[in-house]
Amino acid sequence: MDFSFTEEQTLLRNSVQKFVQNDYTFEARRAIAKSESGWKRQNWSTFAELGLLGAPFAEEFGGLGGGPIETMIIMEEFGRGLVIEPYLGTVVLAGGFLRHGGTKAQKEKLIPEIIEGKRVFAFAFAEPQGRYNLADLAVTAKKSGAGFTLNGHKAVVIGAPWADTLVVTARTAGGQRDEKGVSVFLVDKKTKGVSCRDYPTVDGLRASEVTFENVALGADALVGDLDNGLPLIERVTDEGIAALSAEAIGGMKVLNDTTVEYCKTRKQFGVPIGKFQVLQHRMVDMFMNYEQSVSITYMVTLKLGESDPERKKAASAAKVQIGKAGRFIGQNAVQLHGGMGMTDELNVGHFFKRLTMIDTMFGNVDHHLKRYAALD
Amino acid sequence: MNLDYTPADQAFRKEVRAFIAESFPPQLKGKSRGEYGGKDDFLAWHKALYKKGWVAPGWPKEYGGTGWTSTQKYIFGEECAAADTPMTLPFGLAMVGPVIYTFGNDEQKKTFLPKILSGEHWWCQGYSEPGSGSDLASLKTTAVREGDHYIVNGQKTWTTLAQYADWIFCLVRTDPKAKQQEGISFLLIDMKTPGVTVRPIITMDGAHEVNEVFLDNVKVPVKNLIGKENEGWTYAKFLLGHERAGIAGVARSKRAVERLKKIATAEQDAGKPLIDNPEFSRNIAELEVDLLALEYTELRTLARESKGGHGPEASILKIKGTDIQQRLTELTMEAVSYYANPYRPFAHDKMTNEYVPGPDYSHGASQNYFLARRVTIYGGSNEIQRNIIAKMVLGL
Repeated sequence: MDFSFTEEQTLLRNSVQKFVQNDYTFEARRAIAKSESGWKRQNWSTFAELGLLGAPFAEEFGGLGGGPIETMIIMEEFGRGLVIEPYLGTVVLAGGFLRHGGTKAQKEKLIPEIIEGKRVFAFAFAEPQGRYNLADLAVTAKKSGAGFTLNGHKAVVIGAPWADTLVVTARTAGGQRDEKGVSVFLVDKKTKGVSCRDYPTVDGLRASEVTFENVALGADALVGDLDNGLPLIERVTDEGIAALSAEAIGGMKVLNDTTVEYCKTRKQFGVPIGKFQVLQHRMVDMFMNYEQSVSITYMVTLKLGESDPERKKAASAAKVQIGKAGRFIGQNAVQLHGGMGMTDELNVGHFFKRLTMIDTMFGNVDHHLKRYAALD
Repeated sequence: MNLDYTPADQAFRKEVRAFIAESFPPQLKGKSRGEYGGKDDFLAWHKALYKKGWVAPGWPKEYGGTGWTSTQKYIFGEECAAADTPMTLPFGLAMVGPVIYTFGNDEQKKTFLPKILSGEHWWCQGYSEPGSGSDLASLKTTAVREGDHYIVNGQKTWTTLAQYADWIFCLVRTDPKAKQQEGISFLLIDMKTPGVTVRPIITMDGAHEVNEVFLDNVKVPVKNLIGKENEGWTYAKFLLGHERAGIAGVARSKRAVERLKKIATAEQDAGKPLIDNPEFSRNIAELEVDLLALEYTELRTLARESKGGHGPEASILKIKGTDIQQRLTELTMEAVSYYANPYRPFAHDKMTNEYVPGPDYSHGASQNYFLARRVTIYGGSNEIQRNIIAKMVLGL
């Protein structure tokens, strides 16, 4: 049993930390979120230079040959800076689909493009009627000659405005909610029939409603098995959950530190408010929520390689814990900051909003409690 | 003990319902608060009520109140909530108005009360300061007497809708040497006076409702002092009692539960309405049970108050009422799943992109949740309310 990091992993953490401290101050982040494009290309190039975009990929493609632990380190530090750029969508999710389901040709072409920062992805999985059910798909891909014809509407595709390519889940056979008959496709955003309506999200990101109207896809657009894409989708989203958990603990840490510091300095009734026992206990509970979240993030990160029920249970457990803890810590960080916690000016509200949206992503607490219970 | 409404009460309910049906401002139909365009939207309902003579149910009849019984006031509140009317703003009607008719002199009553009723004067509240939130009595804004004027210097904050205000009622320190609570006075200040500056504070949901108000050598006539100099704290406490009384928001929360159920019926979960999902319907049920208990707690409080008596029980209404309001926004946000993500712009945003995806009921759902975090902070934080109960009710 060993929870320590290797020297390389510590160096990786230091380099991401340095980037966040120097280039991703809260004011810099605010400027990026408010800019017209909503992200900063130059940061993406920096990620490429630092090797972050290649962290989880094999050395044969030019990657660093890292694994879930490296992703965890990067995402945790990004979480501390509320980094906007689409690392999750491109490296973790699209990268995951390619690593676990890509053909040799897809890997050889696309992974180096990710690593070099030349191609950005977004994962289009949610649909207006689907809630958190990854197999509830009204988007269809019908066989057409050697390829497919894609039709339908994907909802709230995070990062789509910045993406070159979308990873799209679609129904290729069976009924709308059948587990079988689900497939995954790579769709270039410039393909005829793809249209996006872009908008900002409450946590400072950008997203799109994406519609496909008779979009012609070649046979090589398919990632993974035809009609049997769900296990791949679940595997990759479980990895996404682990990455989001890491991002969340980064944010929780900032909120807890900020709140403790504020309560030590803010004086009311002649004393720092941190002297009041009721607030001390609240901060202790916030601290315990954070520690439990760190533990569960380590757990899920270490179990991503396990087979089906174990990996799924680990991911759902993590999502439940970080969802609950994110809510408790976020709400109380705002409460303990009083009116200041409500402002757009202070970073507290921004972390609270991001933690709230992380709870929504890939299923909230209720959804994952149910999934966890059903896996027994 | 009985729960029946008298035939007179039932007739009154019908009258209220009919009035709302014919007087609801058409430009506000279907709009939520975040979508109001400005002062006119806020005032539209106020003016309809004023025309009917119903704008100040809480006031004594001689000053323009309705003379309603507690039950009638309750029915009126219920009907307004059921019809989703806008709320009248509390700053004039529920805060400074009662202070003026209780502690003001005849001239002040004559000058200010009719204009509060008509909506001609828009009021805002100058209580909190950057260094004085929960510990309000530590406030530092000073008023120094010079002949027949006070010179006021300081800063107020979290001033709701000050951007529209004609007048601000302020707590100011007139005796810096006295004990904290004993050196405070209650002043009415015309917002047009030189030296008054309003600076917006944007809250995390993106809205501009609160402001900072800077007071820089503001000259205020002594005739704008309410009651006696250095006795402002008494009036301030009286006002805070009033502020708490309406804060339970039971009728509005009942309406929000109905809305939530409609959303949960429209939203799909595995091909069935979300409301059929056992976890979700259980969450709604828990909330409803809490709300039902609160409704009867409020009725008991009302019954006691109508017999004279205004106790610290109001703190229970504030704590439980705001807890329920927050959980309602939380569940509504959860009901819309991914469509909680899109940002709904406000009128003051300079976003070129006004597009908001998803069903109408999802628009602003998470922003309402974020904004609702303030209800456990303002009007005396819920921690302070618990201190009040501990001290005043339990004697600890």
